[in-house]
Amino acid sequence: MVFHEVEQRLKALMLRAQAGDGAAWREVLTALNARLVPYFRRRLGADHAAEIEDLVQETLLAVHSRRMTYDASQPFTAWAHAVARYKLIDHWRRRRVRAHVPLDDVAETLWIDAEHEGEVNADLDRLLGGLPAKQEQLVRGVKIEGLSLAEAGERFGMTEGAAKVSLHRALKALMARVGARGD
Amino acid sequence: METDRLIDSLAADLKPAPPRIVSRRMAVAAVVGAAAALVGVLWWLGLRHDLMTAMGGMTFWMKAAYAAILGVAGFACAERLARPAASPRRGLMLALAAMGVLAAIGVTTLMLTPPGERMAMWLGHSWRRCPFNILALSIPTLALALLAMRRFAPTRLGPAGAATGLFAGGVAATVYGLHCGETAPVFVVTWYSLGMALSTALGALLGPWVLRWR
Repeated sequence: MVFHEVEQRLKALMLRAQAGDGAAWREVLTALNARLVPYFRRRLGADHAAEIEDLVQETLLAVHSRRMTYDASQPFTAWAHAVARYKLIDHWRRRRVRAHVPLDDVAETLWIDAEHEGEVNADLDRLLGGLPAKQEQLVRGVKIEGLSLAEAGERFGMTEGAAKVSLHRALKALMARVGARGD
Repeated sequence: METDRLIDSLAADLKPAPPRIVSRRMAVAAVVGAAAALVGVLWWLGLRHDLMTAMGGMTFWMKAAYAAILGVAGFACAERLARPAASPRRGLMLALAAMGVLAAIGVTTLMLTPPGERMAMWLGHSWRRCPFNILALSIPTLALALLAMRRFAPTRLGPAGAATGLFAGGVAATVYGLHCGETAPVFVVTWYSLGMALSTALGALLGPWVLRWR
């Protein structure tokens, strides 16, 4: 579904929910849940499943208890994204992680992340599939899941230094392939 | 899954969201806060002695209008910043426009005054007290409006606190006109604005601390 259709559908549901329609509210929360899981997973790393679930639930609770602040003059997607982003930043602040939500974290990311996840994963698989198995795992571990070199080395049975060299080679090979295709 | 049960329980027996609740709660804060500021003027500062005559002239209403417009601008900003992803631009424009107009009038009247009297016109009799009196009178409104704001969903806590402070400062400065006998536009645009800036700064300081979602 195209972004503005998502917006139209959810906005209509939200307005019905604000009038007291429980079925519409369930649809809004279900749709949000489906978007929030990948949104938080991408930002916290797939290893934090319990935290991600907590954060999703907290966000749904906040959306619920503060639903009267949605105003029909605003896009619903932007409103919901701002709540999710607030919850994410608040989560980091409580855990004293100094992280920055990237500047490109605009309203659409909550919705588009999930939308194109399939395509992006297929592209990634194709690209990383060309690497030796160990290098592929290493790139996924460090660059996608966000492991440190030491953690990745431990997982794949190599020293931190070896992991670093191997990752460097893998990235160089990837650069060469992407560069060759771009020409 | 647990999240699905949560969604079920939230969707079951859903109550309608009260319409325009943000504006309504803020309006209550303004009315109660203004009443408290009025009590402050009556018991602590005292009404200006020439209130009846002054109310027949222009400057009294000029001061009241300036303060009230800034209060409305603060209201408009706070009403937006109480909501995720809403922009306070219109309120800010209103505040800047009001300050620009009064600053222009103030500077013009200052230029038309003989140079030797300009300083006296600018400082009036009460420039030292005026900003702090306005700050003190703004505290009831600020407290009530911040309490109301906590129930909403501000995501930018500093700006939301600042907007609440401007709103409270505008309410306080409007009421303060019943005490203050100054007449020069350049006095008002400087020292009234400074008083409202103080309450805005107090709101900005308190915002991140008071408005965090629990």
